[in-house]
Amino acid sequence: MTTISLDTRPRLAAKARLRWDRKDERFMLLYPERGLVLNPTAADVVKLCTGELTVGAIVDQLASRYASQPREAVEREVLDFLTRMAERGLVTGADA
Amino acid sequence: MAESPRPYTLVAELTYRCPLRCVYCSNPVDFARHGDGLDTEAWLRIFREAEELGVVQLNLTGGEPLLRRDLERLVEAARGLDLYTNLITSGIPLTRERLAGLKARGLDNVQVSIQDVTAAASDRIAGLTSFDRKLEVARWVKELGLPLTLNTVLHRENLDRLGEVVALAESLAADRLELANTQYLGWALVNRAALLPTREQLDRAREVARAARARLRGQMEVLFVTPDYYAEFPKSCMDGWGRRFIVVAPDGLVLPCHAAHTLPGLSFDNANDRSLAEIWESSAAFGAFRGEAWMPEPCRSCDRREIDYGGCRCQAFQLTGNAAATDPVCPLSPDHGLVTDARRAALAPASGPLQYRVADPTRR
Repeated sequence: MTTISLDTRPRLAAKARLRWDRKDERFMLLYPERGLVLNPTAADVVKLCTGELTVGAIVDQLASRYASQPREAVEREVLDFLTRMAERGLVTGADA
Repeated sequence: MAESPRPYTLVAELTYRCPLRCVYCSNPVDFARHGDGLDTEAWLRIFREAEELGVVQLNLTGGEPLLRRDLERLVEAARGLDLYTNLITSGIPLTRERLAGLKARGLDNVQVSIQDVTAAASDRIAGLTSFDRKLEVARWVKELGLPLTLNTVLHRENLDRLGEVVALAESLAADRLELANTQYLGWALVNRAALLPTREQLDRAREVARAARARLRGQMEVLFVTPDYYAEFPKSCMDGWGRRFIVVAPDGLVLPCHAAHTLPGLSFDNANDRSLAEIWESSAAFGAFRGEAWMPEPCRSCDRREIDYGGCRCQAFQLTGNAAATDPVCPLSPDHGLVTDARRAALAPASGPLQYRVADPTRR
C-alpha cells in the first residue's frame, strides 16, 4: 500500500473516476459498484492527484486557496484524506 | 406520499443468452422465455432516463453482454452520459481487438468471472471449456490498462481453495476480487444439495478472505459475500426493494432485482411502454415492497427493519411460496427451519448430479 507523506506524488487509481453529480450538486468519486460523496475540499484534492504534484505542493495550493485556514490544519486534513483513499486503493503514488 | 428514493445503479441485462451453463446462474430458471426485446435505441433511451433519475453506475451484464453486437454503441453512449460503465462478463467470446475498442469508447471497468482455479474444476461448473480463455481475457484487461475485477462464485466444491483463488487474482494483478458465495435462488436452488457448503468450510474460507483483505489493503479490494443461509440476519437485498437499484431485463421488464419477475402476483412494466421515471416513481410493482407497510410480523416491529428491509423477497417466495413473508434466513422467521434443515443436510456428502443451466430444464 502506498504510504502517504508530503513527498508522495499521489495519482488517482485507474478504477476511480470523479464525477459532478448534478442531481445533488456535489462531487462523487466512482469506482466499481461504489461511490463516495466528496466534500468540496476533498474534490479539490482529488483533482490535484495527477501523479505530478507532491502532497506538499497540493497542500500549498489548497492553503493559498483557503486562506482562512492555518496551513497545518490543511496539511493534516489532506494527509488524513489521502491516507484513507490509499487504504481503499483509490489513490496510488510514488515518493519523490 | 413520500418522495421516491434516488436510484444510483442501473443493471442492464442485455441478453440472457450465454455460452456458459453455470449451475448457479442467477438468471431465472425460465430465462429462455425472455428474449432480447430491446433494440439499441431503446437501451440508449433507458440509459438517458436512468441518468436523469440519478443513476451514476451502469452494470452491463446478462447472460453474456458480449453477445450483443451493439455493445460498442452502448458503452460509448453510457460514457457520454458520464455513467461509470462496468462490463460484467464471462470473457467469452472476446478478442483483444474488441476489448481495445470497448476501452477506446470509454469502458471504465471489466469484471471477469473465473469459476475455480483449475481448468477442469472451472469448466465443470461452467459447463464449457473456457478457463484458459478467461485467463487470457483477464490478462488483456490489464495489458490494455483497464481495471480488472475478478469474480468467483463460491460453493462447497471450491471454498477450500480460496487461498488459491486469491493467489490467482494476485498473479493477474486484479484491482478487485469479488468472492461471492452462491445465493440459493433460481438455478442455485435447483443445485443446492450439491453446492451448499458446511458452516465450518465457510468459516475457514472467511478467515482466508479476511487475511487476504488485510494483507492486500490498498492494492486489491477483497470482497467476501456470505451466503444468506449462514448469515446471522437477512441481508438488505438490493439495499431495499426499489431503493437504489433498477434492473432492466433483456425483454424490457423493469425490475427492482434481477429475479423479481419470478414473483407471482406482481405485474412489471416494460421499458418499451413507459418511461423509467414513471415506473420507478409510481408503478405498483416498485411500490409493492418499498418501505414498511407491506411487512408482516416479526419484521413490522423489528429493530432491524430499516437495516435489512425484511431481507430477500425472492428467497422468501422460493422457500415459502409467499413473497411477502419474512426472509426465512432470519432466525425470527417462522419458516427458519427450512434454512436450518438445509444447513443440516449440507453436513452429509454432496448429493445429486449438477443440473446445468438449460433452456428447457428437466428438473426432477
